[in-house]
Amino acid sequence: MSPVLDVRDLTVVFDGAAMVKDVSFALEPGDAFAIVGPNGAGKSVILRALLGMIPYRGTIAWAPGIRIGYVPQKIDADRHLPINVKNLLRAKAATLGLPANDIEEIIGTVGLDEKILGTPVGHLSGGQFQRALIAFALLGKPSVLILDEPTASIDKQGEEQVYELVHRLQDSYEMTVIIVSHDLNFVYKYASKVLCVNREGLCFGPPDEVLTPEILEKIYGPHKYFHHFHHPEEEAMKHPHGHA
Amino acid sequence: MLNAYSSVILAVFAAAAAGLVGAFALMKRTILAGDVMSHIAIPGLGLAILWKVDPLVGGGLTLLLGILLIWHLQKSTELSSEAAIGVIFASSVALGALLINSTEALVDALFGGFGALSWDQFIFGIATSVFVIAALWILRHKLIITLFSPDLAPSAGIRVGAVNLYFLLLFGLAILVSLRFLGALLVGSLIIIPASAARQLTHSLGAFLTTSMALAVASTLIGFYLSARYSLEQGATIVVVAAAFFALSLLVPKK
Repeated sequence: MSPVLDVRDLTVVFDGAAMVKDVSFALEPGDAFAIVGPNGAGKSVILRALLGMIPYRGTIAWAPGIRIGYVPQKIDADRHLPINVKNLLRAKAATLGLPANDIEEIIGTVGLDEKILGTPVGHLSGGQFQRALIAFALLGKPSVLILDEPTASIDKQGEEQVYELVHRLQDSYEMTVIIVSHDLNFVYKYASKVLCVNREGLCFGPPDEVLTPEILEKIYGPHKYFHHFHHPEEEAMKHPHGHA
Repeated sequence: MLNAYSSVILAVFAAAAAGLVGAFALMKRTILAGDVMSHIAIPGLGLAILWKVDPLVGGGLTLLLGILLIWHLQKSTELSSEAAIGVIFASSVALGALLINSTEALVDALFGGFGALSWDQFIFGIATSVFVIAALWILRHKLIITLFSPDLAPSAGIRVGAVNLYFLLLFGLAILVSLRFLGALLVGSLIIIPASAARQLTHSLGAFLTTSMALAVASTLIGFYLSARYSLEQGATIVVVAAAFFALSLLVPKK
């Protein structure tokens, strides 16, 4: 199978400092690809380079005809914007030339009630907002869905629901999913490939094979790593969210 | 020569364009940029008066230069657009004051009311206002996504830089058509004030956009009437009426 994405020696430099250095990986269609690493490791930077939003060195080769949906980590939108969910989804549907009824369909797909369409975006809860952003990303039926810590502003319960949703959507839309996550439980459960980064690529491959104790210790430090393995039900691997 | 009514008709179209531009500028959080941007027209007005060409030609040319400069600064440097605009603003006012060495011409440039309205100017003004409104309508979806989050724009196939440039150009055109009535100092207020009042009064996008346009038009019409009736300065009267609308809007409890 030809790769859907082939990244070779990706390097991103900001103000003379390498935020990401010589990272390489390749994804097959249908992969669930997780990027893990500590805060400031360059995870979001990799996503932004994949999206062509920042300059980089090295090669990023997408398969031809790829459509990308993107869910950013944080939206710095004005809470008082007079824009409701429908305005926002309609704006994307109209820009892509999609029929208007795609909006109602997609809002159900992400587990939101149609009534939410009339709610101003600033009045949504963290979980609703995240689902609305996922709905926005799904408009246009992307072949690749990129999510940057989709659960950063959601409580533990909502977090699991969002991960379940992403997993379900991946199956029904037959997408390749690229996700930055702090949650190793999710990575073990759903990811087909994982990339560990700390500015440089530390591991790449199936989680069960490459997430060795040595690697985990390198990424998260010894204390947190052991804690996780003895108490998997706790969110010990979760770090306070921040920008990579 | 055209009669007084043609001035009013032109002002109504110009105000509608200003109200719509203002509503989007308020959402984009670039509303002050427009107020300051209008001052860029001053040196152009000054040169035009000096060389005896249509002041709007001079104003328009420097406005265009200013827009391109602001757009470039926004894209290419670490300076926030506010800082960039501030630099251009102050130098424009200073340059304009130096170029316009007649006090009367300077007052006209700053507060509006220069020259009689010709047919050419009338038709240009109406056509430009209609163009600004139509272009904003066509651009609205891209503007909404860009102002909500520039990060989301590329995945929707939108080039943020291009959308921002188009918006600045439409902003500049809206300023240009209102410049005649309000002058460089006050023209920004017809963009800021009706939009701010409309934001207080409305809760949906459609209502916000139409209310902003309606308040700009109403301020202009009432301003024209009051200034004719009581021999007041036209531009200043329009702005005071708009400000009164804003004050009233604050009295309405916000949900």
